[in-house]
Amino acid sequence: MSNVDVILKEGLAALDTVTDLVELEQVKARYLGKSGAMTELLKQLGKLSPEERKTAGATINAAKQAFEGRHNEVRDGINNAKLEQQLAAEALDVSLPGRGQLPAGLHPVTLTLERITELFATLGFAVADGPEIETDFHNFQALNIPENHPARAMQDTFYVEGGDVLRTHTSPIQVRYMLDNQPPIKIVAPGRVYRVDSDATHSPMFHQMEGLWIDRDVSFADLKATITDFLRRFFERDDLQVRFRPSFFPFTEPSAEIDVLGERGWLEVGGCGMVHPNVLRNVNIDPEQFTGFAFGIGLDRFAMLRYGVNDLRLFFENDLNFLKQFN
Amino acid sequence: MQFSEQWLRSRVNPSLTTDELSYLLTMAGLEVEEVEQAAPAFSGVVIAEVKECVKHENADRLRVTKVDAGTGELIQIVCGAPNVAVGVKIPCALPGAILPGDFKIKPTKMRGVESGGMLCSGKELGVPDDVDGLLLLPADAPVGQSIRDYLGLDDALFTLKITPNRADCLSLRGIAREVAALTGAPLAPLAIDAVTPQCDDKRSVKIDAANACGRYIGRVIKGVNAAAATPEWMRRRLERSGLRPISAIVDITNYVLLEQGQPMHAFDLAKLDGGITVRFARDGEKLVCLNEKEVALTPELLVIADDSKPLAIAGIMGGLDSGVTTESSEIFFESAFFNPDIIAGKARDLGFGSDSSYRYERGVDFVLQQEAIERATALTLEICGGVAGPLVETVGKLPARNRVKVRTARVAKVLGVTLAAEQIAAIFTRLGFGFDAVEDGFVVEAPSFRYDIAIEEDLIEEIARVYGYDAIPSDAPRSRLAMLPQPETLRPRGEVRRLLAGRDFQEIVSYAFVEEKWERDFAGNSNPVRLQNPIASQMSVMRSSLIGGLVDVLAGNLNRKHNRVRVFEIARVFLKQADGSLLQPERVAGLAYGSRVAEQWASKAERVDFYDAKADVEALLYPRVAEYRKGEHPAFHPGRCAEVVLDGAVVGHVGELHPRWVQAYGLSTAPVLFELAAEVVEQSRRVAVQPVSKFQPVRRDLALVVAEEITLAALQQAMQAAAPAFVRELALFDVYRGKGVEEGKKSLALRIIMQADDRTLVDDEVEQGVAAMLAAAQGCGAELRA
Repeated sequence: MSNVDVILKEGLAALDTVTDLVELEQVKARYLGKSGAMTELLKQLGKLSPEERKTAGATINAAKQAFEGRHNEVRDGINNAKLEQQLAAEALDVSLPGRGQLPAGLHPVTLTLERITELFATLGFAVADGPEIETDFHNFQALNIPENHPARAMQDTFYVEGGDVLRTHTSPIQVRYMLDNQPPIKIVAPGRVYRVDSDATHSPMFHQMEGLWIDRDVSFADLKATITDFLRRFFERDDLQVRFRPSFFPFTEPSAEIDVLGERGWLEVGGCGMVHPNVLRNVNIDPEQFTGFAFGIGLDRFAMLRYGVNDLRLFFENDLNFLKQFN
Repeated sequence: MQFSEQWLRSRVNPSLTTDELSYLLTMAGLEVEEVEQAAPAFSGVVIAEVKECVKHENADRLRVTKVDAGTGELIQIVCGAPNVAVGVKIPCALPGAILPGDFKIKPTKMRGVESGGMLCSGKELGVPDDVDGLLLLPADAPVGQSIRDYLGLDDALFTLKITPNRADCLSLRGIAREVAALTGAPLAPLAIDAVTPQCDDKRSVKIDAANACGRYIGRVIKGVNAAAATPEWMRRRLERSGLRPISAIVDITNYVLLEQGQPMHAFDLAKLDGGITVRFARDGEKLVCLNEKEVALTPELLVIADDSKPLAIAGIMGGLDSGVTTESSEIFFESAFFNPDIIAGKARDLGFGSDSSYRYERGVDFVLQQEAIERATALTLEICGGVAGPLVETVGKLPARNRVKVRTARVAKVLGVTLAAEQIAAIFTRLGFGFDAVEDGFVVEAPSFRYDIAIEEDLIEEIARVYGYDAIPSDAPRSRLAMLPQPETLRPRGEVRRLLAGRDFQEIVSYAFVEEKWERDFAGNSNPVRLQNPIASQMSVMRSSLIGGLVDVLAGNLNRKHNRVRVFEIARVFLKQADGSLLQPERVAGLAYGSRVAEQWASKAERVDFYDAKADVEALLYPRVAEYRKGEHPAFHPGRCAEVVLDGAVVGHVGELHPRWVQAYGLSTAPVLFELAAEVVEQSRRVAVQPVSKFQPVRRDLALVVAEEITLAALQQAMQAAAPAFVRELALFDVYRGKGVEEGKKSLALRIIMQADDRTLVDDEVEQGVAAMLAAAQGCGAELRA
């Protein structure tokens, strides 16, 4: 074995025992430094013949490269080990919860209201609003509800001092809207309404939504199609069975109750009909030119059906344990 | 309205099952609320007669009977009923019978004695009666006949919810007519023949209020046995219509009411003083009604009076004294038509009504009176005997039926389906409407039993109903398209809600009517909008602030053991103005209580304070920046309350609940709250973008020591006034009190950011600017912190 091979072998062996960067540099100096073993060999090349010098030089350079290569490997190894150590030391328990606060959420009736107004917006229905303390004219008279109608009794309607009423339905919003706008009219009007009633299925304050579409040729067939489409989209069931059952309301004619077929039979979900010509006349719309339909649904009832709530009162008790389920 | 299916089918019998009939009625607008079977399912029970009855030798309470059940031989049956006796007719379940509850009857031995069946009580057959023991049948009950057939138990009881416009369907006659119209099945006529008077007794009838009473027919019947038993068939029909049999004459009037829809009344003739007058009551008159209530009569009430006193409140209820009893031997029948407008609302005012007032206020057929009284007379003579006097009829003003035109084209326009003239004519014919075909449609005269046909739409509704709502197409509507406006300067309501929810506020919905005390405490309002008829005293006034509701929800949830509550509500409030008018603006209000963030490992538990609520308000109004002035609000701590000012107007308040209310409402620590005008929160702005400066900004910090009384706003305002135009920002970044700062003073550290659009600022102008601002601060008593 030549001298070069011996030195390289020793050098590589020395590198293999190194554990830190300081020691590594010391070993490197011993072989490649100014008076390192390999540097010394190179210095002696001058004493050789040109032919010998050529071969010996190549051999020494190869040994030098081998040493350097190993040196770099060892250096990277030490650096990597250090980094690994640091990363291990810095590791977190990622299962701890995030810092700060989570969001809260909206009331189930609001969620229902938003969902329904958004569905109707896709058909071009705008949202209208109105006062909750209403005049007799807007709440009853303009809607063709006669003077002696039972709904006007104090057992059913809240009266405030002065004779105004807490609106008993959202229909006065359509009256106000029609007084201010000429057809085409396409609105939904959600809001709080009030009736003298309180038990498991009635709250003295609850939520309704009124819909109204008046134009030159809006028919009962359009009413059926619009409501059916809405109910199928709301409940996300294309095969939902919907039926329209003749009924009576003073402000629509023909009138219908809206039923959907549930697991336990037909379930009433709202009322609707063609706007009564007297109502149109009361708001200065010519019933000969314009026809249209109106419908009313209980938002609380829709929220109950959608989310499986069985007691209406839960919506007004504001128990956080109940409300937070909707977040 | 309740009735028996068998009774209906005796008049009109379409080939429909019970379920189909129910669906048909519902889909024609006569909503079937309930269909109840007259009896539960059972089989194998026949009528039997007890022929022998002896005591069981091994049991005191049991008898051993031999019964004839029409099988050709006597059957031995052991029976424990107390009323079993020789000669009674009873239902007998034969071997193989199945009783309600799937109870199978087999031959058995009872205490060692063979028993080949079971004698039944009403209860065991699901038709309970008042008798303790076996169901006793009349002596003429045919032995061997199925008890189901004999008692008519294969019957269904329909309960209809009749809408107020369809008073014509408040009788069996009306429903039969409707079913015939809907199905085309023939309507079996009910022959009502006029009774030939057999005596001359009568009472005069005078109508003093012709508009109120359109017709009054009276008749005397003498020599009746008012104590006679009501026949089984009539009892059954009454019971299956939800009426309890009372006595023969009363049952007859009720039966005619159900069958014909005509209310009837029977007076005891002996109690009548002279003739009958229909008139309005006079002040001071009183009447004790059949329900034993004494009514002080008023001139709006129509009464039936004799020569000396009121006898009955017309159309609503008879008087107790003059009514027929089982002792009466001479009676006076009334069959009258009263104007619906006169009766409407009266039962409600009186606090009681009757089956009669229910029909009169909705409208009774005004040509029905004579047929009804003839029917009642015939039934009375048949059941109670007696002789009838002549009818005495007096007519007032009867309703008129207008002729109403309907255009074929209008039908198509409203319904969205084109019907041929022949189809429409066929519908009118079925409904019994008189009509003339004209060029563009029909002119219709509604029959006397219909009160809901006055305009074209009424006829369109009838056409739709009989044609079938189901048959009207439901194709996607065509519409003129128009996009909805979306103003960028208005923030959608949903965005406001989500912003609050994102800041951990849970949305609540609370009642708009509140306790009067809340208005005083939380809004300083001693004159709220009051309800005339509140449902409870704690819901008696309309709120002018949302704060009470939030505090109440807080208290409720603290009781449910929550210790951190953050809630908000968006709702209207009701503000009475000095001139008596009313404003109903919407508000956005929130409440935060407990720790700032939910209890967790990563942050110290710190209670929310004023500045948390203020941050919520700032976020709600962002990017608009409000001014916060020291405010006064009855709900809030006077030192921890700000009024929120935008464009010079107060748009809301933010503050900590007043310690007085913290204590009074049982809270352990104070919540912080805000309440803002929703209108303001929903305003947004459309951005008009500004060029971004290319030059370096310069920052200088100043620490200023000022007296506690000096507000940041005052200091900033003074410094801002002295600031050169290139000052972009003057903001507080630290507040320090303590070592190095004199007692009663605070150190405010301010950041000044300066930047020009057109040049790099040079040191001189920067230093001059800062010096000018410092001088202005010193003018407020500030000193540069050493």
